[in-house]
Amino acid sequence: MLRYVIRRLLQAIPLLFFISIILFVLMQNMGDPLATLGGRQVTRSEDRQRLARQLGLDQPLYMQYLYWLVGNDWTKMDMDGDGVPETPGRRKGVLRGDFGVSLVAKKPVVQVIWDRLPNTLLLMGTTELVIIVGSLVIGMYSALRQYSFLDHLVTAISFIGYSMPIFFIALLSMYIFAVNFKRWGLPYLPTVGMFDPEVGKTPGQVALHMILPVFSLSFIYFAAYSRYIRSAMLEVLSQDYIRTARAKGLPRPTIIFVHALKNASLPIVTVVGLDLPFLLAGAIVTERIFAWPGMGRLFIDHVSRGDTPVVMGILMMIAVAVVVFQILTDIVYAWLDPRIRYE
Amino acid sequence: MSAETAVPAILPLEEAEAPPLTLRELFWRRFRRHKMALFGLVVLFLLVLYSLGGTLFFTEAYANRTDTAMRLQPPSRAHPFGTDTVGRDILARTIYGGQISLLIGLTAVLVEVLIGVTVGALAGYYGGRLDSILMRFTEAMLNIPQLFLLLVMAKFFGGKVPNIVLFGRTFSGSVVVIVLIIGATSWMYLARIVRAEFLSIKENEYILAARATGTPTGQIIFQHILPNAIAPIVVSATLGVANAITLEAYISFLGLGVQPPTATWGNMLEGAYNYIETAPWLWIFPGTLIVLTVLSINFVGDGLRDALDPRSLV
Repeated sequence: MLRYVIRRLLQAIPLLFFISIILFVLMQNMGDPLATLGGRQVTRSEDRQRLARQLGLDQPLYMQYLYWLVGNDWTKMDMDGDGVPETPGRRKGVLRGDFGVSLVAKKPVVQVIWDRLPNTLLLMGTTELVIIVGSLVIGMYSALRQYSFLDHLVTAISFIGYSMPIFFIALLSMYIFAVNFKRWGLPYLPTVGMFDPEVGKTPGQVALHMILPVFSLSFIYFAAYSRYIRSAMLEVLSQDYIRTARAKGLPRPTIIFVHALKNASLPIVTVVGLDLPFLLAGAIVTERIFAWPGMGRLFIDHVSRGDTPVVMGILMMIAVAVVVFQILTDIVYAWLDPRIRYE
Repeated sequence: MSAETAVPAILPLEEAEAPPLTLRELFWRRFRRHKMALFGLVVLFLLVLYSLGGTLFFTEAYANRTDTAMRLQPPSRAHPFGTDTVGRDILARTIYGGQISLLIGLTAVLVEVLIGVTVGALAGYYGGRLDSILMRFTEAMLNIPQLFLLLVMAKFFGGKVPNIVLFGRTFSGSVVVIVLIIGATSWMYLARIVRAEFLSIKENEYILAARATGTPTGQIIFQHILPNAIAPIVVSATLGVANAITLEAYISFLGLGVQPPTATWGNMLEGAYNYIETAPWLWIFPGTLIVLTVLSINFVGDGLRDALDPRSLV
């Protein structure tokens, strides 16, 4: 098992290199980062050239990539434009944990991302929890009461949820639970931000502001997940060992939750493990609509201003997360199903 | 006695005389059973009718005409769907936006199928080093969430394509950009499906026979293998249309998609969340149209999946 994990990690390294090269090439044309840098001040061409030199943007692409990857503190840079490199470089490179400095925020990229990451993790973690618990309840109910009225209803709703773009369900839920509830004099939910500035960032406020985004995000995933759980449960429940367990008189909850659920959770683990990093993509739109100060919004803000280091940092972090979650999924899989052995 | 035997004797005779079902009839019988797929087909037809037929009542100039005196008007007799933030008629814009949205969905899938089938076919047919290079590339692309990739590429190619005049109408160059980048970021699953199909089909005896008789490789790929792999490609492409329409809506919603004045259902929603309280008609109509389209395409795709499966019963 350990050898398998190590081998997978080793395989991931060239993949991540490959991804970083693709992204780095794409980054080059994202717009002129210097154009938005100093507001209206950077107009003189010698200033632009000086800035480009200081930021290393005058270097050829492969050198920029090299500096990004391993840093430039082993060599000297030409800062004054006389063609003689004299200033020692200060960047450490991604491999040593230095993602460079944000062109917009003038802060280290790691810090810029770190400021926003907990907010996104809070939103996404809660959403994932709600999705798993909710779809387990729905999926298992539909499986145990197959072809009941509720089963059909859930099937119909899940198809609609599956087809619904996140912004539509978000706008709809805002319209119903915030706008119309307010109009009808009912207790209504807040729509934007993370907390009410008048009250402050209390856990209660944050939880209240999380209800709508979490609801919108999970509504879409409920659909697919509860279908997976339903079909997995149905398949397991018709197996011989379930009949055996029933025949020897085990209580029904034991059969359902211990014997059936553990085996039915195999396909679900795969889906959850592979989808988890992609929830971040859903966060882009959700965070934009609900003005949630997370990574998705950070990404859009910095993409539109051509802040390459931050965009690169976020994308590489997600790529790493995807790889790690793929490996984790495989490990959990082997743990749940002793028939699977990784050699 | 004779009457009794005569009755069962006639029935099998009649059955034998009925010509065997052609593939098309078989397909249609299976598809017809799928009530939701039929429903989806009808709704899709109506949506196409809506966005094409609507041009008889409104001109594109009317759909793009701004009138700030009429901004944010609620639905009325003159403007059944209301007006937007610069006073354009939303009904007319959903009609012209629908054309672009559906066009983007269909053409983006063409790009997707072109790349996906090529990559999958090459990897599956030739195998070896080419296969592992192509599949590593596919894997690398799959490891970055599509929306992030789309936003970066929209920024990369944005504003580089000039406006296009076609059939006397001006299309924003951003439409072409969106079509290309949606296609270029969604071919990966299709490539994997095609590769898997190719891997299994190329082991058949008839491929060996074709190769033995000296059939050119291109002909083997396109005439002997590809037609047998068409079912999963069709299903995947159908669902891809829904996906492309949603993705267009996402990037346009985020302001990096199709640029005004060209309307799409997606960019009509841009900024609509600022008016969630005061002008819900801004997003309800285009949003509902997107949901309807995506829902019906998904139903049709589901029906196709069942109908094209040779193992499913008639």
